[in-house]
Amino acid sequence: MFVGIDLGSRAIKVAAWEGDTVVDYQIKESGFEPHRQVEAMIARYHPCTVIATGYGRHLVKEYFDYAVITEIKAHAIGIHTLLPKATTIVDIGGQDSKVISLGDKGQVVNFQMNDKCAAGTGRFLEIMAASLAYPLSEFGSAALESTQEVQINSMCTVFAESEVISMKNRGVPRQHIARAVHASVADRIISMLNRVGFGDTVAFSGGVANNPCIVDLVRRRLNNVQVIVPENPSIIGALGASIEAARQGEKI
Amino acid sequence: MTTESFEIKAYPEMWKDLGMDVERFDKMRLMLGEIFRKTYLSQKNRPLKMAYFDAMVAEIHGGRIKELLAAKAEGHPVIGTFCVYIPEEVVLAAGGVCVGLCGGSQGSIPDAEKILPRNICPMVKSAFGFKAGKICPYFQAVDFVYGETTCDAKKKCWEILDTMVPTYVMEIPQMKKQSDRTMWLHEVKEFKAKVEEIAGTTITVDTMNAAVKVMNGKRRALQRLNSLRHANPTPISGKDVLLVEQIAFYDEPIRFAAKVNELCDELEQRIARGEAVPSKDATRIMVAGVPMALPNWKLHNLVEGAGAVIVNEESCIGTRYYKDLMAEDGADMESILTELTKRYMNIDCSCFTPNDERMAQVVKEFRESKADGIIHYSLQFCHTYNIEEIRIRETCAKEGIPYMFIESDYSPEDVGQIQTRVEAFLEQIRG
Repeated sequence: MFVGIDLGSRAIKVAAWEGDTVVDYQIKESGFEPHRQVEAMIARYHPCTVIATGYGRHLVKEYFDYAVITEIKAHAIGIHTLLPKATTIVDIGGQDSKVISLGDKGQVVNFQMNDKCAAGTGRFLEIMAASLAYPLSEFGSAALESTQEVQINSMCTVFAESEVISMKNRGVPRQHIARAVHASVADRIISMLNRVGFGDTVAFSGGVANNPCIVDLVRRRLNNVQVIVPENPSIIGALGASIEAARQGEKI
Repeated sequence: MTTESFEIKAYPEMWKDLGMDVERFDKMRLMLGEIFRKTYLSQKNRPLKMAYFDAMVAEIHGGRIKELLAAKAEGHPVIGTFCVYIPEEVVLAAGGVCVGLCGGSQGSIPDAEKILPRNICPMVKSAFGFKAGKICPYFQAVDFVYGETTCDAKKKCWEILDTMVPTYVMEIPQMKKQSDRTMWLHEVKEFKAKVEEIAGTTITVDTMNAAVKVMNGKRRALQRLNSLRHANPTPISGKDVLLVEQIAFYDEPIRFAAKVNELCDELEQRIARGEAVPSKDATRIMVAGVPMALPNWKLHNLVEGAGAVIVNEESCIGTRYYKDLMAEDGADMESILTELTKRYMNIDCSCFTPNDERMAQVVKEFRESKADGIIHYSLQFCHTYNIEEIRIRETCAKEGIPYMFIESDYSPEDVGQIQTRVEAFLEQIRG
């Protein structure tokens, strides 16, 4: 059994790979002691070969001495395996956002990653949802219902939140504000895509790909580009790591 | 020196005499010692001759300061600088001491931000904060600071710094036309007159020629070190070379050159034995961009922590400081100063426009260092390097050189992201 662990900032994802397919996966909140959570999550797969990825990959390496790869490589492997036609990946997780450009064989040829701030990440959406009193799971669908164009100018989470508050106080209906929040994230994704360059097929991965409004807005902004979302975008990193574990296992 | 016994030596009496905030400075001393232990002394298989440079760190706030104060007591001026454009030859010829001032630490930034705007270059803020907070013995020991006009942040900060320590400013041209070269020669002459006035001495052709030889000797030693580290496999870590380059800015130049040459002798033996740091197949990275003032080891630490090795710094802390020598044994002062301005005009700082020679220089150093990829490193708000980065990126794309750009400051908060980006870049190079 080959197992990939993706320790994200918000959640731990685990995927188990055998033969040529995902045989199991799990998603749990990171909690305070992520290494214990990992231990509990992978207990059922013994014996197995493990590769860790994600923000907390070095913690896992320290505790269990598993090999590590970056989430950039992991997402590239995961997406290329599931969606071989994809030329570019947009991965938006809890605390960072990335655009990864893929070569013919699925190798990483270029990538962009946000720097230290939370702008345009899952965390940004989470804070904005809370500020508008939406449960995160309904935030995207609520924003989809709005058709009116209002605009948020700040990408900084703190400034954007004050803009949201001032819109609320001007009486702008909340689904319009919600849509503006989503549009600002979509614009940021487009600007990262333009910096890296993209081909004809853009694949989404990471937890934010579950948000229908973000995907819809990005689709509208990209003409003649196919935008695909895999069935379970949150586990792409873990999946990529598990496939890499299988590859390295074969080498040995 | 073992890892456990290393500490940065404390000289509270001397610091008090220098008017420093002793209690605060002592905390910074302990922190620096801790970081140095973790970053440097934990490295495996270091050259034995690095011991001198480790000792220079241990004595950074003591031994070297004592030497500066002794020079001052004998009537020699001590001049603080911030840029490789200030001609050290002139200071040495007047019997003076030239020290590059502190500007690489997060610790002094809150002191600066009490006065300066927050959104300016961290190096300028850090340096300014050291003086404002009275937490740098070098700043306290210098007779005056000689600033320059290589960026807007520095240019305007000198005006404020001047209220705390006498600060003179040399105008550095922004273009390299004949009129700029003429102006620059004039500035060098003014600088010489100022140094002579403060030293109470006249610089002669002989003292100037002797100073040129000293600086050439120091630069030759650094060139030798850089070319030895270009060996594949490399015999020394990038962190260690960076430390030597940083110490170049505050050590006594003749002794420093001798110690660098001793290190080089050891490296030659290591190369002959095929010794590799950290390993034969380590990915080789060249860094290009802004200087890394002591103790800014952030990028080197991340890159080498990921198992790669840095083999070149195309930077004011690296090759931009020592790649050019100047003609020796000039016949008269006018021709020496003309040669000197020529030498300094070869510096390809991004403050110049156009700066095409830097593109060629980056590619040349990439080939010479046998690097596998380039990381362009800029400090936040450094407009000239941040914008010139676009042309470096295009040059690398054209030459097929794997390339990544990192913009950062001295704070630890982006370490996680940069680590991920560095590791992904290494994965990309390794395929």
